Amino acid sequence: MEKFIGKSVKRREDARFLKGAGKYTDDIKLPKMTQSAFVRSPYAHAKILSVDISEAEKAEGVVAVFTAQDGCGEYGVPCGWQVDFKNGETMREPQHPLLAKEKIRHLGEAVAIVIAESLELARDAAELVEVEYEELPAVTDPKKAMEEGAPLVHDQWPDNAAFDWCIGNDRADVEAALATAHHVTEVEYHNQRLAPNAMEPRSYIADYDVNADKWTLYTSTQNPHLIRLLLCAFALGIPEHKVRVVSYDVGGGFGSKIYHYTEEALLTWASKEIGRPIKWTSDRSEAFLTDAHGRDHVVHSRMGFDKDGKIVAHLTDEFCGLGAYLSTFAPAVPTYLHGTLFQGVYTTPLIHLNVTAPFTHTVAVDAYRGAGRPEATYLLERIISKGAQEMNMDPTEIRLKNFIPPFDGVEQPGYQTQVALQYDSGNYHGVLKRGLEMLGYEDFRKEQKEARENGRLLGVGFSTYIEGCGIAPSAVVGALGARAGLYEVGQVRVQPTGKVSVYTGAHSHGQGHETVFAQFVADKLGIPMDDVEIEHGDTEQVAFGMGTYGSRSLAVGGSAIVKSIEKILEKGAKIAAHKLEAAEGDLEYAEGKWTVKGTDKSVSFGDVSLTAYVPHDYPEGLEPGLDFSSFYDPTNFTYPFGTHIAVVEVDPDTGKVDLKRFVACDDVGNVMNPMIVDGQIQGGVAQGVGQALLEEVVYDEGGQMITGSYMDYAMPRADDLPMIETDRTVTPCPHNPLGVKGAGEAGAIGSTPAVVNAVVDALAHLGVTDLQMPLTPQRVWKAMQN
Amino acid sequence: MKITVKVNGVAYTHEVEPRISLTHYLREILDLTGTHIGCDTSGCGACTVTMDGKAVKSCTILAVQADGSDITTIEGMANGNEMHPIQAAFKEHHGLQCGFCTPGMVMTAADILKNNPNPTEEEVRHGLEGNFCRCTGYHNIVKSIRHAAEQINS
Ligand code: FES
Ligand code: FES
Repeated sequence: MEKFIGKSVKRREDARFLKGAGKYTDDIKLPKMTQSAFVRSPYAHAKILSVDISEAEKAEGVVAVFTAQDGCGEYGVPCGWQVDFKNGETMREPQHPLLAKEKIRHLGEAVAIVIAESLELARDAAELVEVEYEELPAVTDPKKAMEEGAPLVHDQWPDNAAFDWCIGNDRADVEAALATAHHVTEVEYHNQRLAPNAMEPRSYIADYDVNADKWTLYTSTQNPHLIRLLLCAFALGIPEHKVRVVSYDVGGGFGSKIYHYTEEALLTWASKEIGRPIKWTSDRSEAFLTDAHGRDHVVHSRMGFDKDGKIVAHLTDEFCGLGAYLSTFAPAVPTYLHGTLFQGVYTTPLIHLNVTAPFTHTVAVDAYRGAGRPEATYLLERIISKGAQEMNMDPTEIRLKNFIPPFDGVEQPGYQTQVALQYDSGNYHGVLKRGLEMLGYEDFRKEQKEARENGRLLGVGFSTYIEGCGIAPSAVVGALGARAGLYEVGQVRVQPTGKVSVYTGAHSHGQGHETVFAQFVADKLGIPMDDVEIEHGDTEQVAFGMGTYGSRSLAVGGSAIVKSIEKILEKGAKIAAHKLEAAEGDLEYAEGKWTVKGTDKSVSFGDVSLTAYVPHDYPEGLEPGLDFSSFYDPTNFTYPFGTHIAVVEVDPDTGKVDLKRFVACDDVGNVMNPMIVDGQIQGGVAQGVGQALLEEVVYDEGGQMITGSYMDYAMPRADDLPMIETDRTVTPCPHNPLGVKGAGEAGAIGSTPAVVNAVVDALAHLGVTDLQMPLTPQRVWKAMQN
Repeated sequence: MKITVKVNGVAYTHEVEPRISLTHYLREILDLTGTHIGCDTSGCGACTVTMDGKAVKSCTILAVQADGSDITTIEGMANGNEMHPIQAAFKEHHGLQCGFCTPGMVMTAADILKNNPNPTEEEVRHGLEGNFCRCTGYHNIVKSIRHAAEQINS
């Protein structure tokens, strides 16, 4: 039987996408469906004095106009995570209304929804809604939000803080070690705000069926069951068993489609009011204003070294903006998904991170590819490279000196960090060594020297990152403030003919689960891949699930499926033993059949399946059927790691950065499909490079967005990037059955500091030690002049 | 206004509002939802189709402007069940992930290869300048298009 694990099997989902037959939410049309448009605030902070919908209601084709006065969703959309203040005070959690009532707290906040027979008519009528505002001063910068006298986002809280938090060793001990360190390196910067920009804008259709008293919500989400839970139990208080959430094809997520957004709750509510389906699809301008953003950390950090370059202490203070309301995962991102990575791959004995998280007059900030981990990695990898530069050490030498020694998590125990977590397995030396071979480091330094003599500015930058994913052990995250478990569900249903349907709570929005999951299911059952179908994205088909984010699909979702496969084979063995008239213990399963050891007596998977459903001659007391569902709750996070290396050339006249090479050697544990893992790394790297060189969401002082379209927000285009050179080392995860660690976010986490380090390296001989992202030609050129 | 257009070889006549875009016409009136909308500033290329043999961003063209023209959308690329060599190359080289940019990429690729049957990596990257992909980092899209060129030329 052909085996599939570890092979670059071509994707099954491609045919429909390539033929234009994908089924994204906006492609769906329902009978009697209406369209909708939102009336959104042109101010970041304002009092709503009046809303007049009378003209809009009379306009052609208008079905209904709703405002906050209509009593929609009085609870608002909830936050899924609670991080309390250091002094024990409960996290400040504002109500996040579906439509603003008295006050506007960020640009683009919705005031009214207009529902009409067509999109054009809905938009025309939305123009007729008259809203009178009194504009108020706004604050968008997280540090400024905490200053005395800053405009308040929520009047009841006098200092804008939602919570503060710290992790690591005692601050005084870290301070003391810094005071006596041989050398202290300091950085201060803004890890800038980014817009995730999945290419498919958010899209929802809510359909209330009055006869069945049931709702169907079609939504572009990464986690349909989670949306159903938040919608039913919190936002609307409607019965969960009467709501079906469907998310077929989703055009990219990157975190931005995890959250329960106000629009999907409002549409669900309004659909019952009007008794017809309603569609809303965001346009790109709305997406910039209303999709949750990422990053936005203002950072001040100091790292102390001894005279050999060994890190002795690391102390960091951060202001992390949350936006005006708390999005679903928001409090976890600058805390538990961030501070717990401050050990990096280094043996740093003393670490302390202090976070202050204020509200600002902006759209919410939440997880964006990597979520807290890119911010941690950027800091660690920048500051250690800066330290090397200041101490005249090679950036690879300083890393090698500080690496945690290799450990496999089986023979050697996991590595206990200073910041709560225990790493599963790692070989940081191995992955750097391979990365340097791929680069040809010695030759590069020679080339660089020659180039400099000819007035060319070449640089190389390193990042030896680690990240935590496979999110997450429920008890651990529960203790940290998560309001949900983070296990995954996998059902394996063997049909009477031996064909297999697998239902997973994970969700694919580009990752290729339909292919990869079928690969390992086929191998584990010893049957052809064609006999396995993977289903996801519909709460009515899949029993339950937590969805896809945090590089968890295979590590957690895959493990749940493996658990079900084990149950199938266990029950199958009982049936096989009966059929073969042998003892169960004398059987072995391989190549799709049970064989009596040492004989040629065997029975196939298909025969056993049929017997399970036609149980005429059947083991006594055994239930018919062959269908198992499992919940898998991981015992730990997984910790992929790697070495990313960027080679850049800076134009001496303009400061423009040309990314010449990008080398990524990653260790994501065992690999199911190398083609797909490479693709994930390449795409992640492109996003990380985007942050380093191009992207930033800019709000002006008054809270207006200056970068609200593709004319102003610079995302990487094909000619901004080189081919990405990828390779891997393999250090299996010791605590899940597939030995996988997850690959979805690694590219975005590792790459950003490598690029910035490379540009600083190119300009090091000019005295440049630091640069603020994004590295626009103007910024780089200016740095060169000083 | 009344328009007559040929789309994927079939002639259609429709009464349309003058303000609707060609994208809207294709998606909402002809139900050809393979052509996607990724932006409102003609910056993403998700809506790319070919019009009289040239790649155009269908969101920048009014349906009425397409009157009398010959349009090919992603749905018109395959020959029955047999994929066009560009589509086949995208599958073979993992040139797509979420698939949302893909129709625009394939149509742009067709245009690139029509004008330059054997493009260098740089020429392909340049040709893709008007198309965003947020998933792939373009690596495998570039690879797919260059392999498609080889296939078509061989
Ligand atoms: S939708 Fe036409 S270019 Fe973006
Ligand atoms: S494949 Fe997702 S945007 Fe290109």
